[in-house]
Amino acid sequence: MGAVRGTASFASISLVLLLMALLHAQGTAPAAPLTLVSRDGRRPLATTIVNGQELVALEDLAALFLFDVREDTLAGGLTVVYRGQSIVMSPGQPMALVRGRVVPLPAAPVRSGARWLVPLDFISRALAPIHDTRIELRRESRLLLVGDIRVPRVTARIDAPGPPTRATIEVAPAAPVTITTEAGRLIARIDADGLDLSGPIEGAGLIEGIRAGEQPRTVAVLLTARAGAAMAVAGETGGVTRITVEVTAPAADAAAPAPPREPAPPPPAPATRPPLQTIVLDPGHGGDDAGVRGARGTAEKDVTLAVARRVRTLIETRLGVRVILTRGDDRAVGLDERAAIANNSKADLFLSLHANAAPSADLAGAEVFHLRLDREGEDARRAAESEAVALPVLGGATRTIDVMRWDLAQVRHVDASAALAAVLDEQLRAQVPMGSQALRQAPLRVLTSVNMPAALVEMGYLTNEDQERQLGSEAFQSSLAQGIYNAVLRFRLYLEEHRVS
Amino acid sequence: MIARRALAIAGGVVLLALLAWAVNAGLERLAGVEPAAAPRAAEPAAPPPGVPRITATLFYGSADGQALVPVRREVALAEGVVPQGREILAVQLQGAPEPHVPVIPPGTSLRAFYVTDRGDAFVDLSSEISAQHPGGSSTELLTVYAVVNAVLANLPTVRRVQILVEGREADTLAGHVDIRRPLERDMSLVRESP
Ligand SMILES: [Zn+2]
Repeated sequence: MGAVRGTASFASISLVLLLMALLHAQGTAPAAPLTLVSRDGRRPLATTIVNGQELVALEDLAALFLFDVREDTLAGGLTVVYRGQSIVMSPGQPMALVRGRVVPLPAAPVRSGARWLVPLDFISRALAPIHDTRIELRRESRLLLVGDIRVPRVTARIDAPGPPTRATIEVAPAAPVTITTEAGRLIARIDADGLDLSGPIEGAGLIEGIRAGEQPRTVAVLLTARAGAAMAVAGETGGVTRITVEVTAPAADAAAPAPPREPAPPPPAPATRPPLQTIVLDPGHGGDDAGVRGARGTAEKDVTLAVARRVRTLIETRLGVRVILTRGDDRAVGLDERAAIANNSKADLFLSLHANAAPSADLAGAEVFHLRLDREGEDARRAAESEAVALPVLGGATRTIDVMRWDLAQVRHVDASAALAAVLDEQLRAQVPMGSQALRQAPLRVLTSVNMPAALVEMGYLTNEDQERQLGSEAFQSSLAQGIYNAVLRFRLYLEEHRVS
Repeated sequence: MIARRALAIAGGVVLLALLAWAVNAGLERLAGVEPAAAPRAAEPAAPPPGVPRITATLFYGSADGQALVPVRREVALAEGVVPQGREILAVQLQGAPEPHVPVIPPGTSLRAFYVTDRGDAFVDLSSEISAQHPGGSSTELLTVYAVVNAVLANLPTVRRVQILVEGREADTLAGHVDIRRPLERDMSLVRESP
């Protein structure tokens, strides 16, 4: 039965089921074929197992990779010639001479009737280095990739059964991803020549399972009947595209269009402290300080407050995370006071919202800033690292206390803040136009005293006619809020991954 | 004997260096604390003919408003770091030459300029620099670093620049860029093309 299902899966390019069947077969029966993937399509490449080593026929490879095989019957040598380059092997020797260099092989070439068989590693260790075409052997997934084709590895896992149920799908190397929702499922379409998928994932919580989609190059997240809303955010970090999936239980207030006045009830107490409990949003300016004024009269202070309120609603209803605004209405709040509100609330994230101005009306797009330290700040940072004082406490343990000037509190969080700024840039980019150099570092006053990861978003230019209209519109403000919310979701994962244990 | 003599020579060199430093520092301090003259109204863009001049690098907004562009302009020659700094800043505070755009609010004037013996320069500007500022992090960065870079690009003995407003230390000009401390040069905002 496994073989039948494997064939069907093979035809539909998604290899998951085939791979499962192959894993079953391995070790007991003759090896099932490798799959050669090239621009021309896919085809099987037969292998056999001799003495526990998986071997492939040299003549099959010669036909595929256009090389000659010469057998020196006198000396017993075997020479592969490809465009003037050679690989020399001799029977009984588990090695090859590639361009004059000795390359070890797990087994010696063996004769089988009229054919020579060589170990699979011959392809990656001997042939690939001399061949003009890129050749990549992926043993685990039994793929042989030939030429300039993109077949990223796709792995999935359930992070938390929830609710909300959270899962992560990783695509490496990174590839563009389009996410669509259908009844009962969420489909991620990955822009590549093929996918190298690990086996289907058993579901948990509100996710039934994660497996290859019916369409080529898609991954399907199947939802259970109890699932409410499902959302996914794709972001690239370190050459890997990470799709974060969150499935929530149906909730009456989450579906209601009007923002609820009351904050959402706190989430059930988890075993460990969640890395993101409190967020401080800082609507820039206020009161006498209107900030930037657009030509049509739009004031920065009004835009920042409107977007902050929208972000608060999204976060509180969907994430159940406490959100504090440094000002909830049109009033003047000093920069130190804003930082103090964040520090006193022991927030895990500080985000200052602003609208920009440029000396030219052409400039448009959002920009994200994180703090750049000057020399004094760098000194303080180094000092903080070396001057952390270990104090003995009762019971013989020690407690680390940081010695830090409070007005430079941000220096302890520069790495996390850079990560926060990067996910903001990445997630806002999917929602609103960005400036040409959108991710920036600058000595911004409000960020320096904040004792937590912090960033400042300039959401657009009020000095640009189109952008002034956009920034005043509900649709644009809601796109900004969605981008910021998505970034918070991504940053929560960052915090989980970098949690100090 | 030889060792003793070498030691004496070495000591002499150190003494000489110290002396040179002390004289220099003292002169700088003497010249530095003297405040600039009261703001002069509507200065000409170029010094009048006949006045000896130098070519200074000044910084203006690029036509697209995104960056600072270095522009070589003629400035009256002055004797000493501090008087020369005043001449340079006086031109920098005026409007931008085409096709560049101004990044300093019009009407801003230089109240004082001085340099400490540590190489920190203080540029004391009139209230317009803050009160008339259009705001926005991006413009504020351009304003601050046009002033900072203009001083640092032309006066090699100055290490850092702090902007004062009406004789006082300020937090920011318009709510964003931290100017509580002396700033170093930032060439990341500078672009060669207009
Ligand atoms: Zn602002």
